[in-house]
Parts: sequence; structure tokens; C-alpha cells
Amino acid sequence: MKKHLKTIKRVTISFVSALVLWQVLCMTLGINENLLPGPLQAWRAFVELCTVGLQGSTSGATLLTHIGDSMWRFVIGYLTSTIVGVSLGLLLGQSQRAFGYVNPVIQVIRPIAPIAWLPFIVLIIGIGDLPAIIIIFIAGFFTVLLSTVSAVKKIDKVYLKVSENFGLTRWQRLSKIVFPAAFPAIASSLHIALGTCWIFLVSGEMVGSQTGLGFLVMDAKNCLRADALIAVIITIGIIGFILDVLVSAFEHKVKELWGLGINE
Amino acid sequence: MSYIEVKNVTIKYDNDTAEPFLALSDVSLNIERGEFICLLGASGCGKTTLLNALAGFEKVTSGSITIDGEPVTKPCINRITIFQNYGLLPWRTVESNVALGLEVLKVSENEQKTRISAALETVGLTKFAQNRPNQLSGGMKQRVAIARALVVNPDIIFMDEPFGALDAITRMKLQEDVRKLCVKEKKTIIFVTHDIEEAVYLSDRIVVLTPNPGRLKGIINISMPQANRERTSTDFIRAREKVFDIFNMGNVDTIEYYI
Repeated sequence: MKKHLKTIKRVTISFVSALVLWQVLCMTLGINENLLPGPLQAWRAFVELCTVGLQGSTSGATLLTHIGDSMWRFVIGYLTSTIVGVSLGLLLGQSQRAFGYVNPVIQVIRPIAPIAWLPFIVLIIGIGDLPAIIIIFIAGFFTVLLSTVSAVKKIDKVYLKVSENFGLTRWQRLSKIVFPAAFPAIASSLHIALGTCWIFLVSGEMVGSQTGLGFLVMDAKNCLRADALIAVIITIGIIGFILDVLVSAFEHKVKELWGLGINE
Repeated sequence: MSYIEVKNVTIKYDNDTAEPFLALSDVSLNIERGEFICLLGASGCGKTTLLNALAGFEKVTSGSITIDGEPVTKPCINRITIFQNYGLLPWRTVESNVALGLEVLKVSENEQKTRISAALETVGLTKFAQNRPNQLSGGMKQRVAIARALVVNPDIIFMDEPFGALDAITRMKLQEDVRKLCVKEKKTIIFVTHDIEEAVYLSDRIVVLTPNPGRLKGIINISMPQANRERTSTDFIRAREKVFDIFNMGNVDTIEYYI
């Protein structure tokens, strides 16, 4: 309990200081408040976005609707990238040879920013939900795939010997030994991928769609509404933070269940 | 014909250096059903290599190994290996670790329960069925591994320095337990160790191996009855002396049998 109070105290001080610093910067730099709005303008814009939506925008949707659209794309994109990434990773991790053939191509594709594919995607598919989903998929996929492969490779050899000794079938070995043994490392990669996916969701929506938080950023820019822009940016940050806290808790739980956490 | 026959087994490892590493050189050995055999020797003498070959984890370069007349090609559930680092699955409870072999054998839920609780009782861990391996001490973890082996009722149990990571007192306790088990269960046990006392305490016969290259130095019969062994008895000390002798004899390559 004492530890929790300490955390709450630190978080509060951290946020309040950031707000104060922001306000002080606005007042001292003397930049036009339409270009660099202070916390109060941002808050008003936030309320406006929540209640009636961005004034002067082509879309009349409120912030909540945009968040809903974004979250939907995010969940679909993130889930497909992790499911495909983990499944392929488990297969490739067990076959050195197959991975040897696939890896060079992966290493060339991986450093390309997912957003670079966007022109292609938009030209072929058009705008809507799918471009953002595909961008999120690409953003999460390689992290999860490569972490899973390396997690499978790093499995303690004694587990595989036990599996061989007890005569587990290929499928039993995968489900009873390989997957659970690699899962803590996979959970860490799911955590990292979540952050990356959230970042690229916004990039994907900025170009590829007509709704969502990324679209709202562009919309606010087009309406010359710096205050709304900041409100949206902060919203993106806060949701990302909440997602991270949730997945951290999940990761922690996994490590505890797997007998890796501190068990007192 | 013996139960386990090892005939002129040589195992070489091809590494990148010019000379392949000779882990075992021309080892021959017969083992009867129900025997407790210790493979004893310093590190690098090939005792674990020999065990792995017997268990089917390792291929022989030349020579042959047969068990019950059948050549050994791969590990199987009738011959369970127990490892020094336990090989327990940390994400499973003690109970479900023990269940692993039964799941493969497709044993019914009810029978699984009975057999698991019997196995856990044998190793004295009934109270810890719901714990996870990381909540247990090293000695208890090794007991779980033993229970996991016993529950599938194997013909042979291979033990690869199973008590190597345990403290001296726990080790002695487990040695005693294993010896009692062996009297009770009548399994064939092949046990790798570098601890002379452990070998003398447990074995019917000690197979002594020497390194560079790994070869068989001699076989020592321990004539004390399995059911009644005292570490402080004169018989025990005499048997230990025999082992000391064989190690002190220098580099004589002839194989000697002490009876």
C-alpha cells in the first residue's frame, strides 16, 4: 500500500510539473497562442472534441467515435500480426534450415518503415480501414516473428530431451513443450510490438483513412487548430500508456504463472 | 544373451578442428535385468556419452548397443532418463509435471490421478502436488523427476549425475531413497557419477571409465546386499578401497575384473 502511494505521488508530481513547464514555456516564449496553445486551450479543445467534434471539420464525429474506430483497427491489426507472427515463428524456430532460407529476405524487409508501403496499399486497396490495419500488421509482425524464432531456438535443450524421451508427437511437443517454454519471451515481444503497433496506427490513419486518431491529427492541422491537435496528441499518448500498463500486467502475470517471477 | 549389450562402441565427434574428438573408444559391456550399474569416472571420460548412447540420445560411430535384443536407435518411454538439472517444466505444477508421460500414453483421467498420487507418495511429495517446481528445493525437484519417471513404469531408468547439483546431506538422503526404491521397484538402473562413495553405496557393479580417450578401465562388483548397506561398515570401506585401487593403477590398458 505504501509503495502504491509512493507511485501515485511520483506520477502526480511528474504530470503536474510537465503541465507547469508547458504553461511557463507558452508564457515566456511569447509565441502566438494559435500556434502554441497552452494547457487550458488544449483542455477546451479536448472538451469540444468530446462533445460536438472538431468544429469546421468535414467529419462531425466526436473524439470517442474516432477512438473507437482507431481501437477497432488496432485490435484487428495487432491480433493478426501477433497470431501470424507467433505461429510462423514457432514453425521457423524449430527448423534451422527453413529459417536460413527465409531470414535473409526478412532482414531486408524489416528495416523498411511500415509507412513506406502505404502508397502501394492505398493505390491497390484504396482508403478505409484496411490500410491502417495492414500498416499495424507490418509494424508488429517482424518483432513478434523474430523474437518467437529466437525464443524457440533458446529453449533449454533438456526440455527437448524430455519431450523426446517421453515420446511426444510433433504436435504435443509444440503445444506442451515448445510453445509454453518460449512463451515468456514471446510475451515480452508482444509487449514491444504493442507499442510499435500503436505508433504506426497513427501514421497509417494519417494518410490511409477518413476516421480515427491519425485522421483527426491531419484534420486538426487542416483546420489550423493547434489546440485540438495537441488535445489529440495527448489522447494518443494516454491511450498508448494505458495499453502498455495492461500488457505489462499481462506479461507480469505470465512470468509469475511460468514460475519466473518472484514467488513468495 | 544379456539384457543390455554394448559391443565395441566407439563414439567420435566431428568438430571443425582437424582431429575428430574421440569420446568413447571400443567399450564393451553387458548388463543384466534388474542390475544397478554406476558409470564412474572423471569428467571427460565419456560416461555421460555412454549413457546418452544407451538412452538413444546419441548415435554410436561404430559398434552396437542392443537392449533386449533390439538395437537402440532413439529414446523411448520405456527407458526414462533423469537429468542433473531436473528437466521439470516450470509452467506446470508438480502433479502435472508427473502427468506428462501419462498424457502421451493416453491414460484415462481417473487412472492418471491414482498413478500420480502413488508416484508422489513413493517419493514423499504428496503435500506438494499443487506447487510449482520453482517453489521446491533442488532435492525435491529431483524427486519430482523421479516420480515422473516411475509413473510410466519404465524398464530402465538412466540417471545422469542426478544429485550433482545437491548439497552433501540432501545427496545422501536421496541416495538412500534411490537405493530403497531400487530394492522395491526392481528396475534396471544405469547411474552416471563422479562420486566414488555414491557409486559404492548404490551399485551392484561399478563400471570405471578413464578419459582421453574415454575407455573402460575395469568393472568392480559390489557384493554387499542392496537391502542393507552402511556407509561406515568395513565392507563398504573395503569396496571403496577397490575403487581407489583401480584409479591409482596408472595407465595400464588391460581390463581387469575384480570379483
